[in-house]
Amino acid sequence: MFKSTALARDASPAGSISQKRMSPLQKAWNRDKYLLLMILPVVIWYLIFCYLPMAGLYMSFTDFVPGKGLMGLFQGKFVGLKWFQKFFESPYAFRLVRNTFLMAFYSLIFGFPIPIIFALCITQIRSKPLRQAGQVLTYLPYFISTVVVCGMINNFLSPSTGIINQMIEFFGGTPINFLGLPEWFRTIYVVSGSWQTFGFNSIIFVAAIMAIPQDLYEAMRVDGASKRTIIWHLVLPSIKPTVVLLLIMACGNLMSVGFEKVFLLYSPGVYETADVISTYVYRQGIESSNYSYAAAVGLFNSLVTFAIVFLANRTSRKLTDTSVW
Amino acid sequence: MSKPVATTAHKNPMREFIQEDLGDKIFDIIIWIIVFLAIVVCVYPFLYVLSVSISDGAAVNRGDIWLLPVGFDLSALKMVLGYDDLWTSYINTVIYTVMGTVCNVLFSILAAYPLSRRQFFLRKKLNFFLAFTMYFSGGLIPTYMVVTGLGLYNSRLAMVLPVLISAYNVMILRSAFEAIPEELFENANLEGANDFIMMARIAVPLAKPTLAVLSLYYAVARYNDFFSALLYLGKTNLQPLTLFLRKVLLSSSPEILQSAGGMLAADAAAQSTLQIQYVCIVLAVIPIMCVCPFVQKYLVKGTMLGAVKG
Repeated sequence: MFKSTALARDASPAGSISQKRMSPLQKAWNRDKYLLLMILPVVIWYLIFCYLPMAGLYMSFTDFVPGKGLMGLFQGKFVGLKWFQKFFESPYAFRLVRNTFLMAFYSLIFGFPIPIIFALCITQIRSKPLRQAGQVLTYLPYFISTVVVCGMINNFLSPSTGIINQMIEFFGGTPINFLGLPEWFRTIYVVSGSWQTFGFNSIIFVAAIMAIPQDLYEAMRVDGASKRTIIWHLVLPSIKPTVVLLLIMACGNLMSVGFEKVFLLYSPGVYETADVISTYVYRQGIESSNYSYAAAVGLFNSLVTFAIVFLANRTSRKLTDTSVW
Repeated sequence: MSKPVATTAHKNPMREFIQEDLGDKIFDIIIWIIVFLAIVVCVYPFLYVLSVSISDGAAVNRGDIWLLPVGFDLSALKMVLGYDDLWTSYINTVIYTVMGTVCNVLFSILAAYPLSRRQFFLRKKLNFFLAFTMYFSGGLIPTYMVVTGLGLYNSRLAMVLPVLISAYNVMILRSAFEAIPEELFENANLEGANDFIMMARIAVPLAKPTLAVLSLYYAVARYNDFFSALLYLGKTNLQPLTLFLRKVLLSSSPEILQSAGGMLAADAAAQSTLQIQYVCIVLAVIPIMCVCPFVQKYLVKGTMLGAVKG
């Protein structure tokens, strides 16, 4: 229905003459003014809620005094690297970096292969309804709120009433106060994280496996290949690009640990292994009002994260020709 | 090695199964075991929570429940439903979820459509302008200062404005818009349609599957939002369900439960705290369980950023 009048607008000589006289910028404005109008509120939002806080990082180099409104961010007395120095001289710096890195690292090496293995298995199931049911049931936990997940962890691991400890007692063991012991915190964090995300993360691999042409399977089967051979020589090589790319992207998260789960599960008794940069920033900044100091620690974390993501992205571009940028 | 033959399978798969050689049989069995275990691991905690929440209180206190409910008693549910705080927070959550999701989706479209137009002269610059925020941010404290500096502390807008746009979701939507054949836009343009009309009549209808998934992501994120509420909402009457749940679930002392319930203190003491906690979990999880299965068929589209296209 658009084609019917395709001729009509070509025949507007006035338009084409005036277009010749216009500068490129004017032309662009004429063509794109509605696009600009659309994206204007978005740009304003980004300026206020993303770029203004970035500029506000200036506060980590000053003695910030709260209560002066937005401009207060830029009015504190300049103190240079005082807060960074304070952080790196404190005993917390090493502990926080270690905990943040280790939790992210264990989550990666433990959490990354599981979705792939699960995807390999569930795609072997030929009944479509069964396969889909399996997928829905396993990705549901991903959408459950962290508060609920932590509430369940807290209850299940409770030394007196928790089902895990009831099972341990049932088999003759002694109950363990999991959440009260520093040596258990990372395990709890990593296992519960993998539990929550493996189904969702497998979706992308399932899609990649299902995209393999059916006749390739048939051809291998006719040749008498066993199922293991098919997986090893057809499925795995086919999904390799997806795996590599997602692995590199996951590496970008090596210095970012979600605030919520740690915050909801930890207690002062397990800070030694549980405290991460984001929770420390929250305690220092929001709870103790050491705003400048907390902002400096946050800036340090942002910079390290940025560097890692940048490296991951460059590696990805070199190895796979795909990058997020 | 020949043991695994004794499995329960349906007729057709069974015949297939018998015809397979031993290696494939073992392989099949291992696969079924893994899938079965994965499903059990994901479903069991929820079934257990549900069972506890509707079981007989005495049985719960004895620790008799392993999978299925023992006895049937809805008194914990009744009591939780009697908490005013629960209702206040539930209504707040509904407000934040609806208001937030509508604004999120609207602004994502407004951001993604211009960025998907190939001839847009600011396309590259604005793309970088958005994408940069995915990799670097001012962090918690400056953001907190900006939001509170704008007077949003203890305001319902604090649950919507600071999380209005997710750059990642905009990128997903942008790829979906880019996948629409360019001729459609060209033809509409020749007909005299401006970009607003093309966005509403062409881009949005053709990207419906992706929009469905984005709406789900946003809605779930708003429904589950804990962090914004923790930072910006001090008043109880503004707090969403997540903060109420934190009070009930993660402070093991029943006093808080009682103070949350106000005058119901005496009842609460009699009732098993555990059961009340589990009832709250059930109430919080039900909406999610109802929505998620329906978007399954779209989910793949929404999880694939440019990543898997390549």
